[in-house]
Amino acid sequence: MPLLELSKVCKGFGYNGSRVEVLKDINLEIEQGEFVAIVGYSGAGKSTLISMIAGLLAPDSGSLRLEGKPITRPGPDRGVVFQNYSLLPWKSVFGNIYLAVDQVFPDWTKANKTEHAERYIEMVNLTPARNKRPNELSGGMRQRVALARALAVEPRILLMDEPLGALDALTRATLQDEIERIWRRDQKTVVMITNDVDEGILLADRIVPLSHGPRATLGPSVEVNLPRPRDRKAMNHDPRFQKIRAEVIHYLLGSNPRIRRKTAPIPAFDVPLGLVREAV
Amino acid sequence: MKNFRFKFDWVVLPAIGLALVLAIWSASSETWAGKLPSPGQTWDKSKLYITEPFAHRGVQDQGIVRFTLYSLILVAKGYALALLLGVPLGFCLGLSDFFTRTFDPIFQILRPVSPLAWLPLGLVLFHKNEPAAIFTIAICAMWPTVLNTAVGVRSIPQDYLNVARVLSLSRTRTLFSVLLPAALPYMFTGFRLSLGIAWLVIVAAEMLTGIPGVGNFLYQEYNSGIFEHILLCIITIGIVGFAMDRIMSIVENNLKRVFA
Ligand SMILES: Nc1ncnc2c1ncn2[C@@H]1O[C@H](COP(=O)(O)OP(=O)(O)OP(=O)(O)O)[C@@H](O)[C@H]1O
Ligand SMILES: [Mg+2]
Repeated sequence: MPLLELSKVCKGFGYNGSRVEVLKDINLEIEQGEFVAIVGYSGAGKSTLISMIAGLLAPDSGSLRLEGKPITRPGPDRGVVFQNYSLLPWKSVFGNIYLAVDQVFPDWTKANKTEHAERYIEMVNLTPARNKRPNELSGGMRQRVALARALAVEPRILLMDEPLGALDALTRATLQDEIERIWRRDQKTVVMITNDVDEGILLADRIVPLSHGPRATLGPSVEVNLPRPRDRKAMNHDPRFQKIRAEVIHYLLGSNPRIRRKTAPIPAFDVPLGLVREAV
Repeated sequence: MKNFRFKFDWVVLPAIGLALVLAIWSASSETWAGKLPSPGQTWDKSKLYITEPFAHRGVQDQGIVRFTLYSLILVAKGYALALLLGVPLGFCLGLSDFFTRTFDPIFQILRPVSPLAWLPLGLVLFHKNEPAAIFTIAICAMWPTVLNTAVGVRSIPQDYLNVARVLSLSRTRTLFSVLLPAALPYMFTGFRLSLGIAWLVIVAAEMLTGIPGVGNFLYQEYNSGIFEHILLCIITIGIVGFAMDRIMSIVENNLKRVFA
């Protein structure tokens, strides 16, 4: 049985005239321990999808199941890293993480909970910033706190919504390495939303493209069968890497009506222009 | 240069303003307002009250700071009651549309009622002066707290609510760890406005009930024809009100920094 199973999930917003069908017939199965990257256009409905898995939104039709049980509400079995971090600004780094730990492990002693929170702060290399508030942190550090908070509740599955989207390239690379390290350490099941195909290939076991909206749906999965740990630089010259990348991009571009009609290609994710032409 | 500019803006200009007002005051008392004591006379007759601020020479004859303290204590009681009532009401308004539709019209009607109108009702309800005054202060001062708390609760970012849901925070923990801190900066704006109103109401309440304090002293001295003391009281009331507002605004700004 897959750990997470989505079947024929549809979701739209609004009523009557202003109704928009955002997601249509989403089918997805994720196995225990798998790292899946969902890649798609901005506004296609990636956050909507992750909110439904998190239990924050209910689908209009279709079913979402975690370990066979329908998802009806959020729960500590799913750790969520939000697109905009969503840290509580009046709490310190420690406070933000402790809040989560305190709620999920109410029976532990205070010392235990503190130690647990500290461990996750250390895991994301934030021990020196332990007592700082979010507005005193850089974007990359905030992202680390959000990651630590999501991991500290020891979820069955980690959901990340464009976790590195707002970061500069260098910080992004460092955090990618950290995510990879943490994932390899405890083989957590991960669903990561990203708009960067290369990021998906670097980290994931499998890439699932989300077509252009409205009525976005998931395309055929592309397995990333590159050995780990993957080296960003070496990867670029690997023909397998280029094949995977071309496959994903081909699907994404093919799903975009504007590009299909060969008018103004405006890909919303970073793809080198050469590749866009090649794929079209 | 920058230092000079600072002195000019914050010392020289306000001093000029003060001098102008004193000049108009003196001129008025010498010309059209014969009964208005001049600044000099006011000082002469008020010195004792200022230089012996805590003196207690009789019920109606005490140092100005002692009178002010009486007023402040009463205000504190009324204000505390205003916050105790206002914050939960504001939360209900902010969280529930049902509650808002049910009670908002009534609040809108009660809000503009003057303290002079509430006080007799307070006396009818509580028979005694002090509870009536506290009731009046609370019911007049709570509205900014109610409304700003409601706005604060309504404008809590969805992100924070999502965090609370994803972590499955219990209701009480959501209230104390998320809703309350997130709404606090708005609530504080309400607290500050409420305190201003409470201080306005105290003077009227003391005049009508005869509870000792600056407001009552002012009215007493009017009846005894010592007009200098009216001015002393007005200035005192103004300075205290200003000081309270400054303190609240400093706390408010610090809060906003933490919550940014
Ligand atoms: N609560 C809502 N009410 C109405 N429309 C919504 C709501 N949430 C999302 N939408 C719409 O659904 C579509 C998908 O939104 P979503 O946030 O899921 O996109 P996304 O793929 O995450 O985009 P991005 O990459 O920019 O984060 C958008 O057109 C958006 O306007
Ligand atoms: Mg999004």
